[in-house]
Amino acid sequence: MEVPKDLLYSEEHEWVKKEGNKVRIGITAFAQDELGDIVFVELPEVGDELKADEPFGSVESVKTVSELYAPVSGKVVEVNEDLEDSPEFVNESPYEKAWMVVVEPSDESELDELLSADQYKESTEG
Amino acid sequence: MPDLKTTPLFPEYAAFGAKTIDFGGWDLPVQFSGIKHEHEVTRTKAGLFDVSHMGEIRVRGAKSRDFLQWMLTNDIDKLTPLRAQYTFLCYENGGTVDDLIVYKLEENDYLLVVNAANTDKDYQWLISHNNYAENELQIENESANYVQLALQGPKAEKILQPLTDTDLASIKPFRFAKDVIIGDVACGAIVSRTGYTGEDGFEIYISKDCGRKLWKKLLEHGKQEGLEPIGLGARDTLRFEANLPLYGQELSEDISPVEAGMKFAVKVGKDGNFIGKEVLKKQMENGPNRKLVGIEMIDKGIPRTGYGVFYGEKEVGFVTTGTQSPTLKKNIGMALIDANYSEVGTQLQIQVRKRKLKAQIIETPFLKRK
Repeated sequence: MEVPKDLLYSEEHEWVKKEGNKVRIGITAFAQDELGDIVFVELPEVGDELKADEPFGSVESVKTVSELYAPVSGKVVEVNEDLEDSPEFVNESPYEKAWMVVVEPSDESELDELLSADQYKESTEG
Repeated sequence: MPDLKTTPLFPEYAAFGAKTIDFGGWDLPVQFSGIKHEHEVTRTKAGLFDVSHMGEIRVRGAKSRDFLQWMLTNDIDKLTPLRAQYTFLCYENGGTVDDLIVYKLEENDYLLVVNAANTDKDYQWLISHNNYAENELQIENESANYVQLALQGPKAEKILQPLTDTDLASIKPFRFAKDVIIGDVACGAIVSRTGYTGEDGFEIYISKDCGRKLWKKLLEHGKQEGLEPIGLGARDTLRFEANLPLYGQELSEDISPVEAGMKFAVKVGKDGNFIGKEVLKKQMENGPNRKLVGIEMIDKGIPRTGYGVFYGEKEVGFVTTGTQSPTLKKNIGMALIDANYSEVGTQLQIQVRKRKLKAQIIETPFLKRK
């Protein structure tokens, strides 16, 4: 399963990409493969405040609902509106087309808690 | 993790990329290539399902007719040999012990095909009501002897017919043939025109010793017609679109067959009394207090099992099954609700996690058979 080297990861299977003073967030290839065909993505709105480790939305497959857990705290500044009509992007392109939100972290030190690509890979192979 | 049971076909799953899950103590494939794809294959071509986890209980003897007429809600006298019937075991209070298909193999010889998770419960329920002498009635749990495969979809007959001399066209819905020889598979099989998908197709019962060979034979031969193995995930979405109830969701010890809209299999006028008759008869005469309805979301969101259903502020029921219908691409569900609010067109709200989302009652079945 693809685990890009340049991203950070949470134990809840989100990826985090640093972009200047903001971060882009999505779910990993491993997560979408476990979930199966994604049919619905529920995301917060621009301006909402996320709190680390708390649910900020959900991803639904044909069979189940999975919560999305915020990998960091901060304000949502962008939301991927394409996922409303094309939830299948999560299966097809989890690291590119299916980014979910862009957040301005309120506490940069939370980023240090996240896993590296190698650590994440190890955690999914355990 | 406790040791999971497996069917004789377990070693075959991996070759088709199966992802397996713990399903009521069984290690079974939830999907092979993907639920949406498998669903579509079954609707447009044909799918092969390993449903060997289902239970088979044999009831035989001179008193078998009398016993089953007392235990089951449908009318066993409607069956002649080689016919099958959808029916229920009920409690005195009308709640459902299980839903099942009873096959009349011959006079005084019946096979009850029951839900996997209920097999032991059903068997105990049956033997605990057996007051006959041993030479008058025999009840045996034969579940471990059978492999059951379901071949479902518009191409099912076209795939199976070249493999057998039995004329499949003559097997009408809810009829079956015995001792059917399929290709060079050594064991004879029971082949019935039944299923759990809303499509045409067959359910095939064969000795566990021949199950793997039959599975491989069908997949190899059916390949050119587009046949693929199908997991439990798509089995669930297929049966859901066809409004076929699932025990534990649309039916349970707290939900009667009449509430679930299955009146056709409850024969209160039949010759002989049966367990649960008094309550079920009242429900049929006065209309049940709760009804199973179809709902479609108006707001964006997907109804899921257990979500509350509201009419204004009043909680009027709960969702029994819901998903995004792969065929209709709509977010729909079945819900058991107060009969006073069950008319088609009624606007309701579904508690989707923290939010109440608008939905309305729609006509069922969701999918009309062509």
